[in-house]
Amino acid sequence: MVDEGTKKTLQSIPLLQTRASPRDKDLWVQRLKEEFMALIKYVQSNKASDSDWFRLESNKEGTKWFGKCWYVHNLLKYEFDVEFDIPVAYPTTAPEIALPELDGKTAKMYRGGKICLTEHFKPLWSRNVPKFGIAHAMALGLAPWLAVEIPDMIEKGIITYKEKGETSS
Amino acid sequence: MATAEDIQKQIETLQIQLDSLKQNARTKIDKMSSEVKDSNPYSRLMALQRMGIVNDYERIRTKSVAVVGVGGVGSVTADMLTRCGIGKLILFDYDKVELANMNRLFFTPDQAGLSKVDAAAKTLSFINPDVEILTNNYNITTVESFEKFLDAIRLGGIEKNTPVDLVLSCVDNFEARMAINTACNELNLNWFESGVSENAVSGHIQFIKPGELACFGCAPPLVVAENIDEKTLKREGVCAASLPTTMGIVAGMLVQNTLKYLLNFGEVSNYLGYNALIDFFPKMDLRPNPQCDDRWCLKRQKEFQARPKVDIPIVDEKVTEIVHETNEWGIELVSEDVKEAPTVSSTGLKLAYDPINESKSNEIPENQTTNDDVSLEELMAQMKNI
Ligand SMILES: [Zn+2]
Repeated sequence: MVDEGTKKTLQSIPLLQTRASPRDKDLWVQRLKEEFMALIKYVQSNKASDSDWFRLESNKEGTKWFGKCWYVHNLLKYEFDVEFDIPVAYPTTAPEIALPELDGKTAKMYRGGKICLTEHFKPLWSRNVPKFGIAHAMALGLAPWLAVEIPDMIEKGIITYKEKGETSS
Repeated sequence: MATAEDIQKQIETLQIQLDSLKQNARTKIDKMSSEVKDSNPYSRLMALQRMGIVNDYERIRTKSVAVVGVGGVGSVTADMLTRCGIGKLILFDYDKVELANMNRLFFTPDQAGLSKVDAAAKTLSFINPDVEILTNNYNITTVESFEKFLDAIRLGGIEKNTPVDLVLSCVDNFEARMAINTACNELNLNWFESGVSENAVSGHIQFIKPGELACFGCAPPLVVAENIDEKTLKREGVCAASLPTTMGIVAGMLVQNTLKYLLNFGEVSNYLGYNALIDFFPKMDLRPNPQCDDRWCLKRQKEFQARPKVDIPIVDEKVTEIVHETNEWGIELVSEDVKEAPTVSSTGLKLAYDPINESKSNEIPENQTTNDDVSLEELMAQMKNI
């Protein structure tokens, strides 16, 4: 069920080991370290392959995450704020990644701008608890969503290119 | 611009409207009467006693129920329980009423923009002022709100410092269901999970008694098999469809079993599905998975096994216990009305996905994070400056 492209992406992201939610105090710190190590590796390999596409950071507890993601279409770079909370049942349940500024602009979203994942994502995630982390959610959840939805929204004129410095409408 | 006079007039009009609303609302009733007269809101419910269906219907006033998710299923659930005269309802939702919700029951267009819990509480206390209604407007899956959620159900009983009698999950996503599962396993509270499929043509309810019946994390969710050809299944351009009919039926199944459980009549279904395409209602029993990932579930299983059991003679000999062949998680599916050992599909139910652990296959390349001695702060800084 995992295609070649996905397999290749997965190869660049180290798997995690610790099963811990933010309620598990010390174990959570261990898990967070693994999350950051995986994310750093993933971003570095994206940069190396000229496909850098997001930045993330978290609050100091590691429960709230925020950053930017971008998508290049016809040589223009479209950038969006990305945010999500770590759910209490993490890592059994994946984080619900949201692009708040696109809320209400596409049917492929739930309230609050949470992206609508494909039917393949959840089974794949469930079978890989606790090995999948935030980097995997970005790679297997957000990346394919952007690749399908952003060109579609650009074509329909729902989102337009903004020069650097302009704020989103 | 409106003058002070205009505003004064508006206030007067609103005051009159408010007074008329107050006149229409009934006053509270101390004791449920079984007297049959048009002005008694409980006469038809108390008749259940006279007909020998329920003993002491009025016990319902001593019961407190948490309804998590006040959407298509939850709002109707709360409505039904309110009309039945439940003692206390605790509502949870963080969403607002939208015009896109108007294909469902309960909410009205003038409520658009209000929080679902506040809008619901207003309507519900107008329908039945005897019900104590508490509202909680937050997302229970976030770490800080989850603690509030735990306290709300742990201390939500009618008597001080007692938990709610039952938690009803009427949420529409896996994350919130797992949060409820975590809470109820920890607090040892019985709860019902309910769900409607994204294409709106099937639904189910599942009774979860920690340790005794499978918890929501014991196996992939069990859902109704719709037998729709995957190739014709379209999901383009939308996340989910909904029908007031399916949601109303699932809410009805949920509240019916809630009443049976709270008032001790009939038989509570452990799993009841609904296939709208062929009007089929499959039933199941799901036993807990001894390898469940939730450590509280394992603890509850031990406690349950240690408890002395009442011997219940098997009434229906046709009931066959089976273990699905490809079922590595040891979930037992007990079917009714089927003579030969059924497979999951012949019962009309299926697991939402195969519970295969891919760590055993080599589909995903192994490449683990190495735990060298870097501090979290260093890693955070490294990520920031990448
Ligand atoms: Zn379990």
